[in-house]
Amino acid sequence: MAGRPPSVVELRGARKRFGALEAVKGVDLAIGAGELVALLGPNGAGKTTSISLMLGLRRPTAGEARLFGLDPSDRRARSRCGVMLQESGTTGVLTVTEVVNLFRAYYPSPLPAARAIALAGLDDKARARIGTLSGGERQRLYFALAVCGDPEALFLDEPTVGMDVEARRGVLESIRALSGAGKTIVLTTHYLEEADQLAHRVVVIDHGVVIADATPSEIKARIPSKRVNFRPETAVGASTFSGLPVQSLEITDHRVHLLSHEPETVLRGLFERGVVIRDLEVTGADLEEAFLSMTRRP
Amino acid sequence: MTAAPLLRMLFAQTRCEILMRWRVPAFSLTNLVLPIVFFTFFGLPVAHIVRGDGVSIGAYLLASFGAYAVGSVMVYGFGIGVANERGMKVDRLMRASPLPPLVLMLAKVLTALVFSVVALILLISYGIVVGGIHEPPGVWAAIIVRLVVGSLPFIGLGFAIGYWSGPHAAPAVANLIYLPLSFASGLFMPLNQMPAFIQKLAPYLPSYHYAQLAWSALGAGHEALWVSLLWLAGYTAVFLALAIRSYKREERAKFA
Repeated sequence: MAGRPPSVVELRGARKRFGALEAVKGVDLAIGAGELVALLGPNGAGKTTSISLMLGLRRPTAGEARLFGLDPSDRRARSRCGVMLQESGTTGVLTVTEVVNLFRAYYPSPLPAARAIALAGLDDKARARIGTLSGGERQRLYFALAVCGDPEALFLDEPTVGMDVEARRGVLESIRALSGAGKTIVLTTHYLEEADQLAHRVVVIDHGVVIADATPSEIKARIPSKRVNFRPETAVGASTFSGLPVQSLEITDHRVHLLSHEPETVLRGLFERGVVIRDLEVTGADLEEAFLSMTRRP
Repeated sequence: MTAAPLLRMLFAQTRCEILMRWRVPAFSLTNLVLPIVFFTFFGLPVAHIVRGDGVSIGAYLLASFGAYAVGSVMVYGFGIGVANERGMKVDRLMRASPLPPLVLMLAKVLTALVFSVVALILLISYGIVVGGIHEPPGVWAAIIVRLVVGSLPFIGLGFAIGYWSGPHAAPAVANLIYLPLSFASGLFMPLNQMPAFIQKLAPYLPSYHYAQLAWSALGAGHEALWVSLLWLAGYTAVFLALAIRSYKREERAKFA
């Protein structure tokens, strides 16, 4: 690997313990320049702690975190990063433009303030005081603060939480454009759909460990994204489903519950096998239960 | 260039900190207007009296309320300001930014110094214009410089309160500490009108020695300047140690 440029972010055997709880249990992860990586996992999986380790907001209990090859708290490393965090606020009495200009002063060669505000879709709120913004607008302000320094790397912890559909689409578009311009982007999400739309690479974290690190299509093939629920007219057994893409199967009280990433194939297979289906429900699978099935069947 | 110049950060941060304080009436009114209101009640009625030793009571009380005003900017500004920002988790976002924590702290100190000078100028101008109190400009300048330079222990006290108490408790804690401290140091009323135990206690309080800096500029001090400075240095050490202890406790909980 000699001569390979250093990774933008690197976690080596990183662990983080908070008292009795070990939130991150040994994560190895290297993210190169220009990558757009989604850290995907249910709430409490260790995504935010992992990002905090990458940024030096938390110190690993064991292992190591590097940012641009430096200690993450080094100002030279921080100056190359824009950050959007969950659960962080800013005082309400400044206007959007004022606080964007403040954050621009932290960076060596920032974007024009108006450009950063436009990327976040906040043009019509540029003169508004932060205290008057809605939750979604505030979230967009944090996005503007993350991008205003024109940093090489962006760390976005749940960037679209609390945004309405339109705002969300705008921000996702901006993220795509920034990635297209060569920025390294690390974002966390608990929406598989969002990771799929954006990322080149999806790192699935659950219970503090990386359980998958692959392209979105590979991940989608492994994560059962739909929950199928029906009542068969005559009783069926597990053997009825053999050979079908079913990740988790439960048959109780004349009802069948299963998880699959290809519900259409499963249903076609069942029709072909002569199973008569009543009360069919197909819903999006909860990521939490999907991961549970993944860890159960490696 | 791999990082933004620190001076540019400091300037931008100080500018925003001043705007933030100015736009919060709880801060700007309390610190810029309240000392004038207090002086109107306690000082104006006796402003024309001149003591036997030639010291104008009006000027003496302007110096007292000046000391009260600067201490209040420091104790309330840092105490309530820092506690509020911790409550809103501003610190987390700032911590992830390239702004060094020391520059942020320096910007807050500069902001407090600016407000202190403004509070003193407003108060003294009010005394001159409305109270008809006259001293040579050099005396007023000496009072301002001494009170600004000597405010260090109250910066420490403010930070200690800010890091120690939560956002809801901070205003109460700051008031409970600072108001009795001011009364007991003779800032509002002459000490000889206070209960005997307060008169005995006063010479051990930081505000008492702080006000001496201003009183002695009028030739009305009760102790040598170096004694006041020594006391203030001691209190600075104690309060800063408390502030650093609370700060480190917070640091371990949030960023370790």
